[in-house]
Amino acid sequence: MNARIVVAGASMAGLRAAEQLRAAGWSGAITLVGDEPHLPYNRPPLSKEVLAGKAPFESLAFRPRASVSDVEWRLGRTVVAAGLDERTVRLDDGTELSYDGLVVATGMRPRRLNCPGPKAGRHTVRTLDDAQGLREALTRPGARVVVVGAGFIGCEVAATAVGLGVAEVTVVDPLPLPMAGPLGELLGRALLKRHEERGVRFALGAGVAGFTGGDRVTGVVLSDGSVLPADVVVESVGSVANTEWLEGNGLDLTDGVLTDACLRAGGRPDVVAVGDVARFPNARYDGVPRRVEHWCIPTDTAKHAAKTLVADAAPGPFAPLPSFWSDQHDFRLQSFGAPVLGRQDVRVLDGDPEGDVLVGYHHDDRLVGVVALGGQAVAASAARYRAELLKQPALTMTV
Amino acid sequence: MKVVVDMNKCQDHGQCVFAAPDVFSLDDAGHLAYVSDPDDALRDEVEEAADVCPLQAIRIEA
Repeated sequence: MNARIVVAGASMAGLRAAEQLRAAGWSGAITLVGDEPHLPYNRPPLSKEVLAGKAPFESLAFRPRASVSDVEWRLGRTVVAAGLDERTVRLDDGTELSYDGLVVATGMRPRRLNCPGPKAGRHTVRTLDDAQGLREALTRPGARVVVVGAGFIGCEVAATAVGLGVAEVTVVDPLPLPMAGPLGELLGRALLKRHEERGVRFALGAGVAGFTGGDRVTGVVLSDGSVLPADVVVESVGSVANTEWLEGNGLDLTDGVLTDACLRAGGRPDVVAVGDVARFPNARYDGVPRRVEHWCIPTDTAKHAAKTLVADAAPGPFAPLPSFWSDQHDFRLQSFGAPVLGRQDVRVLDGDPEGDVLVGYHHDDRLVGVVALGGQAVAASAARYRAELLKQPALTMTV
Repeated sequence: MKVVVDMNKCQDHGQCVFAAPDVFSLDDAGHLAYVSDPDDALRDEVEEAADVCPLQAIRIEA
């Protein structure tokens, strides 16, 4: 009778969960609650095509499968509390929704710098509205841009800003090389060179101590006391899980929502987590639960979690092969596997770090990840290694 | 089943080739080629390909 699954979060993970619930045989009601006013849309273009002004919203919006044409969307609404024993969630307008099944898909929000100084002029890139606001700021004549954080998002934004004709773009990071956390030194060095050759400046080995300016930011104070003039600051310093609404239910929320291998939260048969908020063990690796902020994870987790929730049975082992890409300037990074687990043993498999290169990451002499930097030849080479990574037995790690 | 790929959006990521190798392929230059009227028996893998396309450029029509 009017059985309902509530999906908390109406981004890609929420949409995929709804579609996969239908595919798994759920014919009851589905209600999706999302805090943005928009229907689910594709986020990777936000730091690239949207900033560059090449992608209108219509081109980002997902085309939901016909099977979910009857779901209820509650957009512009935030889930603020949950009573998992009572099977209810409460929205920010006071509405209470009861559920038979709950999908946690509330995702992440950008971490913000907690430094003294003005707030105006400081941006993040997580939502469409963020990206449109940043585009407006970047296209003001003479804008001076400081990007804090030399990870993928930061480097993509810096590349896009240079492409827009911004003359002064500086990336600040406490680490000595960009993207070295996930990719290691060899590619970090190659990427630094490519960015510098294309006009991006770097202030590496430097933290941010604060911001100068009255109402608006006029500069970024580095940890050594020097000041980088800036009209636009982009903070790309990681993200924080949106799990506060689940507090008080005995779940492990230390970094996202801890789940079992079936993506169940707190051992509850009626609560699953999907997308980048889910901290799940991957049977392909060491069984240590991790959150994964890759684009393919919402789809992978949604499939698995929907089976758990609808069939009320373990859907078999969960062992997605991680993969991500990043487009910066005129080059692409394509990764398969888990490079981060093999950063201690990095080998060039194909090409040359000065040009197109395919890099292999090894743990105990075994290939655990590959990253291609450059054009189609190394991308094709990476695809061949992907097949090899897929065939490998589970990795037992002692770290 | 009719499959349409928006070639203005496609950036040759090749994820669809992994998901549905009977329908999608990359040519020697690394550009996408595909079968526009695959057998209905391939629907599951084509849906998977549409899901995993980073540009969301694949449309299944009927």
